[in-house]
Amino acid sequence: MAVGDRLQGYSGRVREILKESGVEIGDEIEVEVRDETYRGILMARYELADPNYIVIKLPNGYNVGIRVEGEVKVKRIASAKKPRFIPPPKPKFKEGLPKVTIMSTGGTIASRIDYRTGGVRPALTAEDLLSIVPELSNIAEIDAKILFSIFSEDMTPELWNRMAIEVDRLIKDGVDGVIIAHGTDTMGYSAAALSFALQKPPIPIVFVGAQRSSDRPSSDAATNLIAATRVAGHAPFAEVCVVMHAWHSDDLLAVHRGTRVRKLHTSSRDAFRSVNSPPIAYVKDGKIKLNSENLNKRGSREYRFEPGFSSKAALVKFYPGMDADILEFLVEKGVRGIVLEGTGLGHVSTRIIPTIKKLHDDGIFFGMTSQCIFGRVNMRVYDTGRDLLKAGVIALDDMLPETAYVKLSWCLARARNLEEVEELMLKPIAGELGERSMPSMEVKLE
Amino acid sequence: MKIDYQSIGLKVGLEIHRQLDTRCKLFCECPTEFVDGGREIRFVRWLREAQSELGEVDPAAIFEARKRRKIVYHADTLNTCLVEMDEEPPHDLNREAVEVGLVTALLMNAKPVDEIHVMRKIVIDGSNTTGFQRTCVIALGGEIIVDGKKIPIQTITIEEDAARIIERKPHEIHYDLRRLGIPLIEISTAPVINSPREAYRVAYAIGRLLRATGKVKRGIGTVRQDLNISIRDGALIEIKGVQELDLLPKVVELEVIRQLHLLKIRDELKKRGVTEQMISEEPIKDVTEIFKKTRSRILRRKIDSGGRVLALRLRKFGGLLGLEAAPGIRLGAEFAGRARAWSEVEGIFHTDELPGYGITEAEVRRLKDFMEAGELDAVIIVADEKSKAEDALQRVKERAIEALRGVPSETRAARSDGTTIYLRPRPGAARMYPETDIPPYPISREYLEELKRRLPPTLDEVAESLSRKYGLSKQIANELIDLEKVELFERIVSETGVKPRVAASILAEHMKSLKREGFNVELVGDSDLFEISKLIAGGEIAKEAAPEIIKWLSKNPGKSVRDALDALNLRPVDMSEVEKKIDELIKRYKSMIEENPRKASSVIMGELMKIYRGRIDGGKLYQMVRERIHGQGGGS
Repeated sequence: MAVGDRLQGYSGRVREILKESGVEIGDEIEVEVRDETYRGILMARYELADPNYIVIKLPNGYNVGIRVEGEVKVKRIASAKKPRFIPPPKPKFKEGLPKVTIMSTGGTIASRIDYRTGGVRPALTAEDLLSIVPELSNIAEIDAKILFSIFSEDMTPELWNRMAIEVDRLIKDGVDGVIIAHGTDTMGYSAAALSFALQKPPIPIVFVGAQRSSDRPSSDAATNLIAATRVAGHAPFAEVCVVMHAWHSDDLLAVHRGTRVRKLHTSSRDAFRSVNSPPIAYVKDGKIKLNSENLNKRGSREYRFEPGFSSKAALVKFYPGMDADILEFLVEKGVRGIVLEGTGLGHVSTRIIPTIKKLHDDGIFFGMTSQCIFGRVNMRVYDTGRDLLKAGVIALDDMLPETAYVKLSWCLARARNLEEVEELMLKPIAGELGERSMPSMEVKLE
Repeated sequence: MKIDYQSIGLKVGLEIHRQLDTRCKLFCECPTEFVDGGREIRFVRWLREAQSELGEVDPAAIFEARKRRKIVYHADTLNTCLVEMDEEPPHDLNREAVEVGLVTALLMNAKPVDEIHVMRKIVIDGSNTTGFQRTCVIALGGEIIVDGKKIPIQTITIEEDAARIIERKPHEIHYDLRRLGIPLIEISTAPVINSPREAYRVAYAIGRLLRATGKVKRGIGTVRQDLNISIRDGALIEIKGVQELDLLPKVVELEVIRQLHLLKIRDELKKRGVTEQMISEEPIKDVTEIFKKTRSRILRRKIDSGGRVLALRLRKFGGLLGLEAAPGIRLGAEFAGRARAWSEVEGIFHTDELPGYGITEAEVRRLKDFMEAGELDAVIIVADEKSKAEDALQRVKERAIEALRGVPSETRAARSDGTTIYLRPRPGAARMYPETDIPPYPISREYLEELKRRLPPTLDEVAESLSRKYGLSKQIANELIDLEKVELFERIVSETGVKPRVAASILAEHMKSLKREGFNVELVGDSDLFEISKLIAGGEIAKEAAPEIIKWLSKNPGKSVRDALDALNLRPVDMSEVEKKIDELIKRYKSMIEENPRKASSVIMGELMKIYRGRIDGGKLYQMVRERIHGQGGGS
């Protein structure tokens, strides 16, 4: 519930009536309208809905909307009861558990419900989190902190940088693992960003989120968080990774490499998939099962902190009929490099190629990825591809478009000229480029 | 036992749940009729209740939380989608279901709400993949008149049906997701019902009213009745899941007997001077030694797998545990029900029922000696893992203390014999919060006016018009309605030209009486009944043949009416052959005809009926014989 507004969601005449009656959300009220009397607790109003209704919770727990028309009398019966939540006692940790810090960036990984008003309050302190997911205290010694309170779609390269700086500080403080609780929409981008900024870290840096919000009993938040804590505290590898459900089932979780993961479903628990590369590990029955040999080991001494992201990178998806002016416009707005999401093996309309060539000649970076998502680009097969190469476009192999965009933002922040950007973009840094392409599994019909 | 329900202050309220026969589920486009042949996937979930901001403790929620289990869902891809799997937000509230709710509300003079708000009601036993049931109030108030008495309706709600349990193991529970999300309507009456018979009458009346909407499902599993029952000095008991309407009076009666029995025991315990302290002070003791060599199979199994036998003495409870007011209604059963539900123990016995279950007299004697139990005392034993057994006996203690106060308020589950078993404590104020994925749903005045204009007739009105239109008795018209054959009846009459009374007696009387005789008449399809009527209308078979054909078809599923005619030798007869036969008989009985024509024709009819029963209408045959005889007579 928005802080401060005691008549949240109400507007117009209804708001005036409620205001004049001196009632606020959570009060027990009586509403007299059209010869009917309703009694219940005043609830917040859904903002997108018709403003001419008062919503109350009836004594049996159900909400109903009352249409306000003609003469209406609203009376307060009793004032709102303040939630009298008593914070749980500080959790006791077992001796010798690894230290894991959970950083929250927004959203709610755990929450409490006020059944009176339907309000959902996030649990953000370590104590609160542990009282809701007590299993954590058997896995690691948990510390929790709030980094940002934003929607994941509001993330920016500047915030990736602050996130990286914070994690670097935790690494230097000697924690054994870091968990970043993140909204799922752009979690893949942030995971890629930290993969480039924190190279070969000595500890796991684990992103985790939830596809079902934490106020519902079926939320995947707790299961994901428990597995993430296990990976952060106990994994033998130290990778920037994403831990989420591997399938619809709560009993199998996948650990994806930060540069290889993409959200591929809008709502399902198994939305996150590794693309062009298998997950690096799975978590089942409380055990971590490795699925890759090529992993950076916990305690790595090759750690390099490389912060800095530029906001001058762009990601442009090509579509049939696209106008080349769009690219010009971006450059006019200060963009210095563009990752194209082309069709198939890496193509855009031949009509756009002259513009790309001109901009490239002016020092703008162009990299090609594929909107096919799966597979690698190859621009030598068809004429268009060859023409694009000639115009100066760099084929970005099997890099995910989003990862390529994040990497470009990172490159632009450190390379001194176009040649350096082009060179750096093709240099493998955090597992974002792969050499071998693997087949998909055979379909078997009965 | 004859009970004066008035004087004991019986009050019953009903909650009738009925599946709606809508095209699709309440929040997705999956069908509400099961489709076969889909691929099944299974997935595992765990549920945890989001904590309440108020920090309050709900007894029912604690009960479920203690039993946190691995939940395995079976999802059939033709009947379930990502919505039932809780992998996709709900789609819009099903308009068709809302309309059925509103029509029901209008038929009951209830007041539809101005705006529907879908709520989440926390249910963490796994029956809903989300951990809550989506439910919404459609209307408030209203009433129905049953046998001249006004029964107030409290709420009319629409909610999603739950998943069906397939298998329950100690730490794992399996659910089939096909049923999840089918719309249910719930009608709650005020607690004004005063007798078992009245409970039946009210439920029946609500059922008929719902059927008038033409949008409710029928058959086993489509209706569930919950009751709340109280008597003076007793307690409010919720009874869940009575599936058969006919069982309702028995459930009410047995619950009254149970409560009266518990009150009687309370008085007896008082008389014996039992106090709360006497119970709470009793220690729980380990008596495994006594049963080390027992031949009781259940004790043996528990001891062999590392379990212990624990015992609790209950002073002055002797004889009261086994005292039976009606089959299954004993204090001992109450104790066992409580212990089983909370602690999931299997082997629980009390000395009133021992020796027995393979436990010998010698063992009982040693047990009583060890527990220092006197003549009037009882001993309860539980065999299981030590912590479980201990917990179970703690529950027994609590329940024994409650016995001193009379009837504990609780939620019980109905069994198919009308008895009930402890299910869980009664929930506190419902834990509900708004379903934010679904916007409020306004009900405009114009829409309500339109619904009022096209309100379906009640079934009484339907019966009235049927009997008027077709000259049927009120009773047979009602039977057609109850059997849901009205539509078929009207189609048969208009398309085959068979007499309405004949069609009605085939569809209602014959089907009903054959069913009573044990024939599987459900196997006889509407198209078969149509065909039979058509043959009767065309004079190809006699109406008397109908029951025989129905019997044959019910025993030979998959066969056609034509097959039945062949098998029963009911193929239409060649009329010239019949005439020839009549002439033959007339010749044979010539002298009798001359002496006594009336007797002769009846003898000839008898002979003919042996051959043609069911194949030619008797009246028609008699007519032919008469004509032939007259013709003969005229000629001589």
